Amino acid sequence: MNAELIKEQFPILHQEINGHPLVYLDSAASSQKPKVVLEALKHYYEWDNANVHRGVHTLGSRATDDYEGAREKVTKFIGASHTEEIIFTRGTTTALNIVASSYGPAVLQEGDEIVITPMEHHSNLIPWQQLALRTKAVLKYIPLQADGHVALEDVEKTITNRTKIVAIAYVSNVLGVVNPVKQIAEIAHRHGAVIVVDGAQSTPHMKVNMQDLDCDFYAFSGHKMCAPTGIGVLYGKKTLLESMEPVEFGGEMINDVGLYESTWKELPYKFEGGTPIIAGAVGLGAAIDFLEAIGMDEIHRHETKLAMYAMDRLSEIEGITLYGPRDREVGLVTFNLMDVHPHDVATVLDASGIAVRAGHHCCQPLMRWLQVNSTVRASLYLYNTEQDIDALAKALIQTKEYFG
Amino acid sequence: MQLDDLYRRVIMDHYKTPRNRGTFDDETLTVELNNPTCGDRISLHLVIEDDIVKDARFTGDGCSISMSSASMMTEAVKGRTFSEAMELADRFSCLMKGEPAEFDDYEDIEALSGVNKFPARIKCATLAWNALKKGINEESK
Repeated sequence: MNAELIKEQFPILHQEINGHPLVYLDSAASSQKPKVVLEALKHYYEWDNANVHRGVHTLGSRATDDYEGAREKVTKFIGASHTEEIIFTRGTTTALNIVASSYGPAVLQEGDEIVITPMEHHSNLIPWQQLALRTKAVLKYIPLQADGHVALEDVEKTITNRTKIVAIAYVSNVLGVVNPVKQIAEIAHRHGAVIVVDGAQSTPHMKVNMQDLDCDFYAFSGHKMCAPTGIGVLYGKKTLLESMEPVEFGGEMINDVGLYESTWKELPYKFEGGTPIIAGAVGLGAAIDFLEAIGMDEIHRHETKLAMYAMDRLSEIEGITLYGPRDREVGLVTFNLMDVHPHDVATVLDASGIAVRAGHHCCQPLMRWLQVNSTVRASLYLYNTEQDIDALAKALIQTKEYFG
Repeated sequence: MQLDDLYRRVIMDHYKTPRNRGTFDDETLTVELNNPTCGDRISLHLVIEDDIVKDARFTGDGCSISMSSASMMTEAVKGRTFSEAMELADRFSCLMKGEPAEFDDYEDIEALSGVNKFPARIKCATLAWNALKKGINEESK
């Protein structure tokens, strides 16, 4: 794939920031949107906008077709077995919270276990922490290896027959590791537990397949994969979702309402209360078409190669600490520059038009594990090039000189 | 965007050689505050007598702007009554908004005026001052 040509399709990337061409290295926080996605949104609002599943009029049908068409695209994109398994949510956080608040209390008894890792994003940590507090379940952590990897023997040791839920990120948003989710799912299932996968950092960057992974729940956000903000997906195995109670009541999820009792629609509508995020779903559908036309394996290959290049270039800088394993499997590089606070690094880089993330990346327990307060993260996507990395390396050297 | 607006020499001096960094053996008040978006944290230690900030020190971990601001604030606040300290904090808020504010009593603070051109960094500069205000408010109750 040719990243230069892909970059052409992202209007936002063609501007100057503080007198320098924009170098966007913060896609793990939110990706930029290609022209085709922006046009799909515009087309939807200009031609098809109406509420779904209600109107008998033409626009209502078009909007419904667009919305349900997007659900079918998602089904194929992540290799789910049924479209009913795809629930549109606001994003990863909402999706994980649905599982924690609907599935969690139904299966947990006092003393049961929820297993997570110290590398989880707050969205895949706090819902479980809260659930454990409410149900008096035990929250257990799979320890991390020195370089941040999860070792399968530790997974074996941590998961027991009292474990009911295992929740883990497919890809860490800080360490750049890919967790062996398929093997962990197998271990969880052997003990009668379900596995919940936070796919926020995997779905945009690599091919994922629900049937191959055999995970029970899987969550991701649209805005990190070229789609608009405010749309995300909860995938769940049909039998599990069918057994669960809705968490939001009203609107599209209603079947029959009596004065004292009501019933809910079938899947997936049961979990989509209110007017759904129609334009968001349309945008997500367009983003999936865009990504698939390039190929998820191509995108993954490009990013990994670029991340390895970044590791090489950055490790040449004296006084830099790179976090996570040396070998990159995904397009993330997290680091600190000796004696310069991440905030200061980010401000100086911004002065050169380079956008990175500085802070704890919503991973405070992981920051404590790394024994730092915060870090700088450069995160890549399909539109980044070696020139972007060169600009970063050059600006980091200037940062050191500035603070030297 | 001029980086030197943000990182004036006086700021870097306070960052590299902070004044009043540390704790007291027998302080009367400690205020802890963090910036949840970035993980920066400060502990402000105050010696208080009769509604006067007799002495101030700080510990914590943060960027050059938050730490130099803490260094300057602790210098400026020493010996002030609660109402004088609050007035100083109000003047600092004006400085952050880009409104005219003078610190004849401790001119170093004016070096932080450039922060208002970097909106993302205002929270860094105000962390120590917010700790001061929180401490005085608690003590005045």
